[in-house]
Amino acid sequence: MEITSSQAAFAVLAAIIVICSVLSVTTKRILRSATYLMFVLFASAGIYLLLNYHFLAAVQAAIYAGGILILLIFSIFLTSRPGEKLIHIAASQRVMSALAALFGFAICTFVIVRSGLKIAASASGKIDMHVIGHALMGSEKFQYLLPFEAISILLLASIIGGILIARKR
Amino acid sequence: MNLELRTLMQLIDEGLRANLPKFWAVAIECLSVGLALLAGYAVLAMLLIYVERKVCAWFQVRIGPNRVGPFGIFQTVADTLKMLLKEVIPINHVDRFLFYTAPFVVIAASMLTFAALPFAKGIQAIDFNIGVFYIMAISSISILGILLAGWSSNNKFSMIGAMRSGAQMISYELSVGLSLLAIVMLSGTMQLSTLVEQQADLWFIFQGHVPAFIAFVIYLIAGHAETNRGPFDLPEAESELTAGFHTEYSGIHFGFFYLAEYLNMFIIAGIAATVFLGGWQPLHIPGLDGFNYVMDFIPSFIWFLAKVFFLIFLSLWVRWTFPRLRIDQLLHLEWKYLMPLSLLNILIMAVLVVMGWHF
Repeated sequence: MEITSSQAAFAVLAAIIVICSVLSVTTKRILRSATYLMFVLFASAGIYLLLNYHFLAAVQAAIYAGGILILLIFSIFLTSRPGEKLIHIAASQRVMSALAALFGFAICTFVIVRSGLKIAASASGKIDMHVIGHALMGSEKFQYLLPFEAISILLLASIIGGILIARKR
Repeated sequence: MNLELRTLMQLIDEGLRANLPKFWAVAIECLSVGLALLAGYAVLAMLLIYVERKVCAWFQVRIGPNRVGPFGIFQTVADTLKMLLKEVIPINHVDRFLFYTAPFVVIAASMLTFAALPFAKGIQAIDFNIGVFYIMAISSISILGILLAGWSSNNKFSMIGAMRSGAQMISYELSVGLSLLAIVMLSGTMQLSTLVEQQADLWFIFQGHVPAFIAFVIYLIAGHAETNRGPFDLPEAESELTAGFHTEYSGIHFGFFYLAEYLNMFIIAGIAATVFLGGWQPLHIPGLDGFNYVMDFIPSFIWFLAKVFFLIFLSLWVRWTFPRLRIDQLLHLEWKYLMPLSLLNILIMAVLVVMGWHF
């Protein structure tokens, strides 16, 4: 079987995602697992690039790697002694988390198999920035993201209000 | 006589394609583009370090480097050799993996942004249709590297430096993004090559007059703060924190931080030149055809580099003019002045575009 360059790139990215995901849950130091998570996020941004979804790749890098991961690292810094090895986890917790992981795996497999394992050809051509912009701001069918964003601003305002009320001076 | 770099590239491309199968021609071209970018990155860093030392010497009425070579031009070459030959000192009780990963994260982010700059007509390695957004996304990654470097050094000063740097870069990124957004609204595109093409007749700073100029000034201030350089150099304030997040690094790892710092200055200036000052486009004034014709004779890469070095000179000037800010003053400047102002500026720009008041 002939291996195309995009298949090779996909294999490399998939290997990075799998290895770093496993490492990020098995490592004993919490900051290291955040770093492995960073590699996972970048590799998934790479997969979006491979699919020609440039916008989604940049969103992945900006929101997840540039925003959420930095928030995560800051919150790790605020916890006590981020560098120490994590304490041993009880057996019951291990069983529970293994079950949760298996359940998630089962759902994913079910969905993939049910959809008939269709190998869709990657969407040809890039999505133009204008199309995304119209989808975000438009008010027709499949174009209604602006209210969603407005609700998220309301959520932010209520979080800030909650902090202000709960904070004691 | 065509002095453009593109003619040279076309010659190489035709030569390779004529003599090699398509796959190998493409592979060799990809490899040589990568090598050219890396080489350009290193050479520009050496040049910038020399320029900085010479210019800051002039500001302080000194001569600056003058021993190695005529006017000391080989001083940074000697310094680079010294840096490459230095020992990498292992630090006790640090998280080795994070400590040695951090410099690579910083330099990779800087390199990926550098590759997206349009250096001359037809010379651009990465050109997405979301160009401006790509630059914003990738450049935010270097914060991660700085945070990891500061924490994994196992040193209180480094940690304080990294936290300051994180707060500073996250805050000022907002103003950088919002001021670039004003120009994106004016042009209607985020692709860097299209942005440059649209400025063939008149640069965006003149096309969008008042709001474009405000956006340009905000971008220069916020971009300067993003590079962690004076007067915003409190992450590495040498008199308080020894050197901030890279105190414990030595040899080539320190070199990576040093390189990334100087190249970030170039990248910020390069984006400003591309988005506001027409990139590689020559200075054209509508109506003055003779003047425009003469300006076209100057090759595009010279235009780009001239604009970039002019902006770098401005940032050096600022560095030696203003005293260092305190951390609260720094955050006040961003959150109370620059960000509201850039939001207001976007509003003005929207009115301008809708009413068609721009040129």
